[in-house]
Amino acid sequence: MKRLMLLIIGLLAICGLLGYSSQQLERSSGSTGSRVLNLYNWGDYIDPKLLTKFQKETGYHVNVETFDSNEAMYTKINQGGTHYDLAIPSEYMVTKMKRAHLLKPLDKSRLTGLNNYDSRFMNESFDPNNRYSIPYFWGTLGIIYNDKTIKPGTVDHWNDLWSSKYRDQIMLIDSARDIMGMALITQHQSMNATNPTVLRNAENKLNALAPNVKAVVADEIKMYMSQDEAPLAVDWSGEAAEMLANNHHLHYVVPSEGSNLWIDNLVIPKTAQHENAIYAFLNFMSKPENTAQNAEYIGYATPNRKAKALLPKSVRADRQFYPDNTTLDHLQIYKDLSPAKVQLYNDRYLEFKMHH
Amino acid sequence: MMTLTKRKTWFYFIPYGLWLGLFVIAPLALIFYQSFFNLDHHFTFSNYANYFQSLTYLKMTLNSVWYALLITVFTGLISYPTAYFLHGLKHRQFWLLLVILPTWINILLKAYAFIGIFSQAGIANQFLSFIGIGPQQILFTNASFVFVATYIQIPFMILPIYNALDDLSPAFINASQDLGASGWQTFQRVIFPLTLPGVKAGVQAVFIPSLSLFMLTRLIGGNKVITLGTAIEEHFLTTMNWGMGSTIGVVLIVAMVIVMLLTGDQKPKGGTPR
Repeated sequence: MKRLMLLIIGLLAICGLLGYSSQQLERSSGSTGSRVLNLYNWGDYIDPKLLTKFQKETGYHVNVETFDSNEAMYTKINQGGTHYDLAIPSEYMVTKMKRAHLLKPLDKSRLTGLNNYDSRFMNESFDPNNRYSIPYFWGTLGIIYNDKTIKPGTVDHWNDLWSSKYRDQIMLIDSARDIMGMALITQHQSMNATNPTVLRNAENKLNALAPNVKAVVADEIKMYMSQDEAPLAVDWSGEAAEMLANNHHLHYVVPSEGSNLWIDNLVIPKTAQHENAIYAFLNFMSKPENTAQNAEYIGYATPNRKAKALLPKSVRADRQFYPDNTTLDHLQIYKDLSPAKVQLYNDRYLEFKMHH
Repeated sequence: MMTLTKRKTWFYFIPYGLWLGLFVIAPLALIFYQSFFNLDHHFTFSNYANYFQSLTYLKMTLNSVWYALLITVFTGLISYPTAYFLHGLKHRQFWLLLVILPTWINILLKAYAFIGIFSQAGIANQFLSFIGIGPQQILFTNASFVFVATYIQIPFMILPIYNALDDLSPAFINASQDLGASGWQTFQRVIFPLTLPGVKAGVQAVFIPSLSLFMLTRLIGGNKVITLGTAIEEHFLTTMNWGMGSTIGVVLIVAMVIVMLLTGDQKPKGGTPR
């Protein structure tokens, strides 16, 4: 009994000490008080050096909280009780948040540097005239191959994956919309198709791919590809950039016949409280030199035209991550579908997963 | 006097009652309630109709039950002899602790460790190459999924069996031996029937969670094994169709109740001599 009491007292003392020291640390880094900005971001999706630079320039301290899926972020903001000043949803989620009245419109008169952005990524259907959002990074869906076993140039199109040469060699990202979308492209359909017959055909097409599919996995795909577990994978460009950095035998292709174009965007949730800090940050992040630094750190493609010009030639001329205009013209942005249509996609996709 | 003790009993019931109400009954009621709503939040029975008319879901249910059964059988085959062996050891508390130790490690970490072991360049394949068989595809096979799931469940089976063996009075074994039973007969007629409650408790502890495994099906099985857990995850996180997800949840709960009834203690029948 005495020992138990001692244990409890000891644990309480440790907790108290940790609590006290973390408070001291926070105070010394200046995160208390009103000169703060609460950023709700994906994990490891901003260069930490930029945050320090921002604080030095403007005096605002940035508190970063992270989420791991658009849906998780949506649920948290929707349920209230949070004080996020800025969030970074993907394009279809911007539409959804807008529809749920979770966003504040941007005050364009306070924004400088909007004309630094490439018009290709502005005024998109998910947010006409960029009333609510500023693009942050963009990317594609494509094929990653390992040149140890796959000769460059042999897998440039989606249909190449269906070749019987690649039995049990392909890893797919576990995402209904993307994998169904890939099948839809090979059948010359829109990636936003909602016709049940069209989706049924796409499922049948995927079922034909099943013998070639080694596994349907999520984030782990990066680790697997880096370790040569499979020679082929279908994944997003952002994930591909990380794989390529870890394994020099890997290459990324965006099929020229079409693929998905995704854009992550800075938005102001309804819960925002620090107006001045928000616009200071948005303007800071629109500055070409800062955007370029961020793009070099993250490895994703930047929608900021002037920032892209500042990137090293090897990066900005890299066709893997900045595809040529013909390919860009064939890319499609996902529309926010109604829950019933999302269900339709997921049902067909689940049946495909059951099939193999 | 009577009322005082009664009041005291009631007082002690409060924490238990609160816990039961808030964390057992309320969630179950919510799941049941949710399962009657469709995507538009209208009351409907269609979720259940969909479930029992869909070949996909029925196949998935069959898959879940089949793999849970396999996992339970393998776990049992390994755990009973292990528990029996451990029970006969000198420092058995220490050895038992070693068996329990892995359960303190997060399941996700263990899954990732197995990815390292089973991958193309992993230890398992290095060994296979060393003995001349050459590297094989181990990850993303049904066998590796069952293997890892079994590994994770083993402690939960060993513990109740071990406890049952511990409760078994050595007098029974001595008596059996004195009466001329062979070692095997003693085990078959005395030890095993008397430790059966431990086995049943172990089956419950293993079969029920195995029905809804979903993380391992993706990490180790590469989504080649699809169980009901996968479908529930998808309904709650991607399609946001909580109604359908809850319906599958209700089906799982019913399946669990059936398992509990089948493995629960039967009441001794009237004429059975004790």
